[in-house]
Amino acid sequence: MRVALKAANDLHLTRRSFLRASAAAAGGLLVSFYFDLPASGQEGNKAPPKIYPPDAFVRIGPDGRIVIAVNRLEFGQGVHTSLPMILADEMDADWSQVHAELAPAGDVYRDPLFGLQMTGGSASIPNSFQQYRELGAKTRAMLVAAAADRWQVTPDQCRAENSVVYGPGNRSARYAELADDAARRPVPDKVRLKNPAEFKLIGKRVRRLDGRAKCDGSQKFGLDLDLPGMKVAVLARPPVFGGRVKAIDDKEARGMEGVREVFEIPLVKGSAVAVVADRFWTAKQARDRLKIEWDLSGVEHPDSSELRGRYKQLARTSGKAAVGRGDEKAMDRIPVANRIVAEYEFPYLAHAAMEPLNTTIRFDGARAEAWIPSQFPGPEQAVIAEVLGLKPERVAFHVEFAGGGFGRRGVLDSHVQREAAAIAKRLPGTPVKLVFTREDDMRAGYYRPMFAHRVEVGIGGDGMPATWRHVVVGQSFVIGSGNVFEPLLVKNGVDALALEGTVDTRYDIPNFHVSAHHPVVNVPVLAWRSVGYTHNAFVMETLIDELAARAKMDPIAYRLKLLNADARKLRGPLVLLQEKSAAWRANLPRGHAVGIACSEYHNTGVACAVDVSIENKRPRIHRVTVALDCGLAVNPLSVESQFQGGIGFGLSQLMANGAITLKDGRVEQSNFNDFRPPYITDAPVAIDVHIVPSTEAPTGVGEPPVPVISPAVVNALARLTGKRYRALPLATIQS
Amino acid sequence: MAIYQLNVNNQPREVTVDPSTPLLWVLREELKMTGTKYGCGIAACGACTVHLGGAATRACVLPVSAIGQRPIVTIEGIAPDPVGRAVQDAWVEKDVVQCGYCQSGQIMSAVALLKAKRQPTDANIEEAMGGNLCRCATYVRIREAIKSASEQLK
Repeated sequence: MRVALKAANDLHLTRRSFLRASAAAAGGLLVSFYFDLPASGQEGNKAPPKIYPPDAFVRIGPDGRIVIAVNRLEFGQGVHTSLPMILADEMDADWSQVHAELAPAGDVYRDPLFGLQMTGGSASIPNSFQQYRELGAKTRAMLVAAAADRWQVTPDQCRAENSVVYGPGNRSARYAELADDAARRPVPDKVRLKNPAEFKLIGKRVRRLDGRAKCDGSQKFGLDLDLPGMKVAVLARPPVFGGRVKAIDDKEARGMEGVREVFEIPLVKGSAVAVVADRFWTAKQARDRLKIEWDLSGVEHPDSSELRGRYKQLARTSGKAAVGRGDEKAMDRIPVANRIVAEYEFPYLAHAAMEPLNTTIRFDGARAEAWIPSQFPGPEQAVIAEVLGLKPERVAFHVEFAGGGFGRRGVLDSHVQREAAAIAKRLPGTPVKLVFTREDDMRAGYYRPMFAHRVEVGIGGDGMPATWRHVVVGQSFVIGSGNVFEPLLVKNGVDALALEGTVDTRYDIPNFHVSAHHPVVNVPVLAWRSVGYTHNAFVMETLIDELAARAKMDPIAYRLKLLNADARKLRGPLVLLQEKSAAWRANLPRGHAVGIACSEYHNTGVACAVDVSIENKRPRIHRVTVALDCGLAVNPLSVESQFQGGIGFGLSQLMANGAITLKDGRVEQSNFNDFRPPYITDAPVAIDVHIVPSTEAPTGVGEPPVPVISPAVVNALARLTGKRYRALPLATIQS
Repeated sequence: MAIYQLNVNNQPREVTVDPSTPLLWVLREELKMTGTKYGCGIAACGACTVHLGGAATRACVLPVSAIGQRPIVTIEGIAPDPVGRAVQDAWVEKDVVQCGYCQSGQIMSAVALLKAKRQPTDANIEEAMGGNLCRCATYVRIREAIKSASEQLK
């Protein structure tokens, strides 16, 4: 989503004045202090307020406990630790006293660049780094000023360390003692931020704040929510996308003890039947006993093997132009023997996050409350309000921890929340948790789209690509979505998210022409961790590797030679990779081969080397060395986690049963028995991560690790078998 | 509906549920112990792993009627066990978790492994952990944490 980031920056320009005004208007709220009463005396024995209504980033308790609000969803990527680290560092807070809370929906928690409260595009740290630093520094300045006032000295005679302010004459005061006074002070407009040399937390390997709770079963996720009187809903969705309920026989279902309601609800397209029961197990059993007659007339019944053939044909014709650089006719001057024509296929992919989709809503007629593991709290709050006929501010919206997401919780049409709101509307006063079974989750659509690519490369006399003609075929989830980013992402009918990884390549190819077809197919599609790079980087990096092999050049040296002047973020990692992998690459056991790939995504450059052999006709990945440049690594331990995990996640594409297929409109897979993501034996045995030292602004690390691994493995397989694998999921390896 | 007397984490518990109800949902919805997770419902992902009579067991496909007298230990009750504690500590020390949703199951499988084999080989680890899916792919650190716990237990 590099392109998306650029687009968002454009958007930011149009929003800047608004944001500035809102920040000024909300200045006092940005760093609100709350107190455990009656310590502050005024309001009797009220329970200590939580960060709700949403107006606070920092709360200091009388016991010294500091609670920092996280304006993002925590779904594995570690922001629940790294954002508080940034704020706490500038605040000179005692880290052992710092706790984090996921912020509810609220204007102050919008992404300062995107202007939406959202988690996505690997943007949490890049976009909130400055914001959280300033919040921390302002909080600290207020505490220091409060101390200076108390001691009748100037703030610059004081210093702060570990939640204590020290003043002249051995005076000191704990933050907890100063918070009350500090809260009455204005929030300063400008504050000095630390020099990197002064950082105490930023740049250090800090363990996760949620580590223990996720090891002893106490961490609550959205699905774990339990409210007094809560009911559970399960949906019977149509067998073909867009199908409608024609008739329901719910006699048996209604006869089951604990079943409360059975009714039809509208879907974004078509309709479904909701079963509401006291317990999940009852709701599921009752759902499975419904006899539903579906109206499937007038809805397309897509078939993935038919689509594959159609896409392949389309890829042989030029689409809408995305990039045209140099002379398109240059290919004609390249001898046929010096051309490569490569056709690629990519299937639909399910995200299959471990925690199935869920949403809990209580509707009380005049207001509602929602508990959601949400990537887009603002838009989802608005959708719930719309369905319930309320104003958005009448919907209190709690962001719950999520068991992964990988794109699936960033749905543009908020379909899960629409469905949950339609159900809650029928049961006023009763909280209802909509739960997707694994099968529901896997079959509900919103997949990474299928793609076909066709590339024709003309090789110059120096062995470098002189001419490149590239056609991409696949659905767009942006075109026609009405999403706020649509006008910025779609130009000339081409969706930038479908082509990122190709159109923005850092390779210097003089004659470069890319075009796209975006067929409309009755399968809902969506971003999947690293979006367009999942397929574009695969095409680019396998072809470049093939060119390097033809030129009889080292694959790293070839890439370094081909990179353009803007590829600074890739050169560092490639050189570091060369150094860190040289020893093992020179001593590969018999039957092993090395594969290389690199990619720059979200301004983070990544290069990796894999050690692969073939076991049971599948790649066995013994080792991965990865080098990266993400600017300043706020928490190197967390960056390392994201790279180790992102590489494992990227291997999903190569799994033998790693595709979603459709036959006669029906999704053929249903659960982890027939859609198999990587398990421990499919993942690399060891992954060593090397970070290029940098003090530049931090860039994203959630998605950038994903694109490199599958091309690197396939490049190693080419060395082992002599065969270039261009269709995913990866077929049985014949060695 | 039928009444069942269960032994969960050394506590006697009584529940009244349909006999077909899987142990997973008895734990989560009747006993409000949500540390054991629902991931697939078909024993394919391991997120619901508990110990039943000491053996790692997928709670999502085990009907409550089939439990009998066998004691149940869940993630909430593993800390008093020295192996359980060592594994949890190693997990925290190695910063294994990401989203964390599968980790109760991962830890329960790892504890069962180390109870049976204090010094597991790589092959033992792959066999014991082979059915526990982690979509965040924390596998490298899971291996390291098991080895670290094994060292601690020497």
